[in-house]
Amino acid sequence: MTVVEPRPLDSFIDNDEKPIGYGRMLRKEDPRFIRGKGRYCDDVQLPGMLHLAILRSPVAHARIVSIDTSAAEAHPKVKAVVTGAALAEKGLAWMPTLSNDVQAVLATDKVRFQGQEVAFVVAEDRYVARDALELIDVEYEILDPVIDARKALEPTAPVIRDDIEGKTDNHCFDWETGDEAATNAVFDAAEVTVSQDIVYPRVHPAPMETCGCVADYERVEGKLTLWSTSQAPHAHRTLYALVAGLPEHKIRVISPDIGGGFGNKVPIYPGYVCAVVGSIVTGKPVKWMEDRSENLISTGFARDYIMRGEIAATRDGKIQAIRTHVLADHGAFNGTAAPVKFPAGFFGVFTGSYDLEAAYCKMTAVYTNKAPGGVAYACSFRITEAVYLVERIVDCLAYELDMDPVELRIKNFIQPEQFPYTTKTGWVYDSGNYEPAMRLAMEMAGYEALRREQAEKRARGELMGIGVSFFTEAVGAGPRKNMDILGLGMADGCELRVHPTGKAVVRLSVQSQGQGHETTFAQIVAEEIGIPPADIEVVHGDTDNTPFGLGTYGSRSTPVSGAAAALVARKVRDKAKIIASGMLEVSVADLEWQKGAFVVRGDPSKSVTIQAIAMRSYGAGDLPEGIEGGLEAQICYNPENLTYPFGAYICVVDIDPGTAEVKVRRFVAVDDCGTRINPMIIEGQVHGGLTDGVGMALMEMIAFDEDGNCLGGSLMDYLIPTALEVPDWETGYTVTPSPHHPIGAKGIGESATVGSPPAIVNAVVDALKPYRIRHADMPLTPSRVWDAMQGNPKPPV
Amino acid sequence: MQVSMSVNGDEVTEEIEARMLLVHFLRDQLGLTGTHWGCDTSNCGTCVVWMDGEPVKSCTVLAAMAGGHEVRTVEGLERDGELDPVQQGFMECHGLQCGFCTPGMLMTARALLDRNPSPSTDEIRQAISGQICRCTGYATIVRSIQWAASYEAAATVGSAS
Repeated sequence: MTVVEPRPLDSFIDNDEKPIGYGRMLRKEDPRFIRGKGRYCDDVQLPGMLHLAILRSPVAHARIVSIDTSAAEAHPKVKAVVTGAALAEKGLAWMPTLSNDVQAVLATDKVRFQGQEVAFVVAEDRYVARDALELIDVEYEILDPVIDARKALEPTAPVIRDDIEGKTDNHCFDWETGDEAATNAVFDAAEVTVSQDIVYPRVHPAPMETCGCVADYERVEGKLTLWSTSQAPHAHRTLYALVAGLPEHKIRVISPDIGGGFGNKVPIYPGYVCAVVGSIVTGKPVKWMEDRSENLISTGFARDYIMRGEIAATRDGKIQAIRTHVLADHGAFNGTAAPVKFPAGFFGVFTGSYDLEAAYCKMTAVYTNKAPGGVAYACSFRITEAVYLVERIVDCLAYELDMDPVELRIKNFIQPEQFPYTTKTGWVYDSGNYEPAMRLAMEMAGYEALRREQAEKRARGELMGIGVSFFTEAVGAGPRKNMDILGLGMADGCELRVHPTGKAVVRLSVQSQGQGHETTFAQIVAEEIGIPPADIEVVHGDTDNTPFGLGTYGSRSTPVSGAAAALVARKVRDKAKIIASGMLEVSVADLEWQKGAFVVRGDPSKSVTIQAIAMRSYGAGDLPEGIEGGLEAQICYNPENLTYPFGAYICVVDIDPGTAEVKVRRFVAVDDCGTRINPMIIEGQVHGGLTDGVGMALMEMIAFDEDGNCLGGSLMDYLIPTALEVPDWETGYTVTPSPHHPIGAKGIGESATVGSPPAIVNAVVDALKPYRIRHADMPLTPSRVWDAMQGNPKPPV
Repeated sequence: MQVSMSVNGDEVTEEIEARMLLVHFLRDQLGLTGTHWGCDTSNCGTCVVWMDGEPVKSCTVLAAMAGGHEVRTVEGLERDGELDPVQQGFMECHGLQCGFCTPGMLMTARALLDRNPSPSTDEIRQAISGQICRCTGYATIVRSIQWAASYEAAATVGSAS
């Protein structure tokens, strides 16, 4: 246990390096959170505010015959009741999704998933709004649902999207990448090939704060202010302008403190649009907050990929090619958030961390009567699925070759001198040095000793498993030449203003959902310009007060916005240098930067601090020729490439042979995210992702019955890890900077979510080796592990 | 109906509907928005407050049931401008990220340390197992509570000497 000396409670010196730049620093946002003074959407209270509740479909697929709202409208405390038909009159019944599909705001013709929005009520308080939902009478004509994606393309399957003219099947899109012929040729000639069906079940981000908003439409000014749980306030504002026809300068989107996002808060949900309509109709501010069931059954899910992985190799373990076919379940509307040219996100990185001769993927996406998707769940745009596929299939190969899974991986790693490395699916990995990370993880875990312990335990009939994964992530979308969301380039702006007294404000286009931007970005600017982080205010999450940018998801804040913050600070520093040359009466070439001050080369007694320069920039007296007053700058950063963080994970599990319960005993995570800004925050990001991984691997799944009823509609049914299901994480790191990022940093937000599920599943399968099990699908609940132990592993349903 | 209770030491009397949940009473009626709501089913624990010194999930307590009792929320942890050691521990050890589960975690942590000033790791994990944090992975929360326990132990030794 930590030993702490008695000292005044307000002296925060114990663990804090107080860096002017990078290093461990306590978070600037924490003082409000630990006092209960965070300001989340549901904390917003406005005078006269009304409450909105949404009536949702109880069935998965049905035609709406009639809706009777008269009793609800007659309720004395109800201010408005709106149906799809009413929205249709205003042209607002449908809205575009982030994938260029359309989604019903309120159903007009049919309902297409259980939980779909059918009508809304605006009332004086949140209880009455819910009461009034009970007074709405909807008559449904039940239709057969399509629940199993494998059956969605059968000719007899009911057509879900008959709203799309000429649509006669449930086909959503096809996508392929790599070289099919070259890959097939390698497979045909290979000494060893392994094929494995692998399912990544549907899961849900389930942030602790559900989605919601407060819409306040001010009629005289014609201005809409929307406090919303949005990970991308600027993109949302532009889309509201395009969809609702409101002028963009009259829309202000504010993302206040957000209680976790994980991709769940990237899409625009019907509820936000309903609240805006509700406020316009009533002339009052309107609050909408989902309950937990609404969040789980209707908002952006994640995964739902049914994959066949194939791997070709030599008998001595040189991997030659990977081939995969994927059936993707996109639910009733294609709501996936991904760059437009990447309908399968970045699944193309399924070639993993290995040097291959060929690779090919063919994907078919289908509509089903399930909730539409998002970018959801810390997935870096489908990389979670890709990494799971490759790390599982490589373990299957190790099983068939009877090779140690670490040895097999190391034998096939892309070598450090091969970077930048272009994969067989066209991704250019910026930098990497894989083997040292793998070796460090083995050393931390005591890999050889663990294998010996396992052998002893196996001899006694005990089930212990050691699982390994090595992942390469692709984060920081992205270069605007080929990445946009609905036509908006994925670049990010940043503004920095140094005030006369040397304090500063930096304005970001990205928005924190817990990642600690107010700290990290202050540190990035501090490192460049030498002003202490405590003196730098970070402003974010308000479209009226920040420059345009695409928001926080896909681990893009540090790779994109972090680069913008560093570059804008350098721009200010460049200007400061010219002002300093005037102040010191030397040429610019004679000045050198020592963090926080310009010093005359060869004469350290002559220097000016950044604070003094700031005062001068606003003060009396002439500035050098051509220099405007003030000390501020603005940029928009367009990333040259993605960044490719990586990591080596080792998981140790014990399985009770009597109950088939899996216990994660140890988890070692070595991550490389390039330059490290705040190690404390990085470690926190990794811990959170590892816990997500335990949830997905062992507990979480959004399942449906054959009628399309969601079986994961509450936290009693959808199981999320508590403190009892996870071990004390063991983390380590290596540092391989990104060559193209201004400070060499890569994203870290999702690495562990991507890398941990295969390590855990590999560990469970390894533990089950005595049962001759090569693969078992997530979630590895006791009953599913038990089935596997009986020789009957089943795909999840 | 009318309900009276003590909230963070202040006597309050309010007119409420009989069905009003304590969490909504605190948040909407009294404006104490530090207590959060997260699930409706007593699973997530973001709504934990104290009733007569015991942690309760305020989404499953009617405000009427709290009548005549003493309620303490996260806003009542800080005393005379001094942070409670558990609050400081969470800052020192990165026991929070988005901050949404934090008030509930803090109230449970404080209650644990009041009963058991030097809990083991297992005892801490058991104590917070009725609460969900989606961000931290719990290890830093465990460390935060240990930090507070150490701090208080050291402070006790310091004052005795």
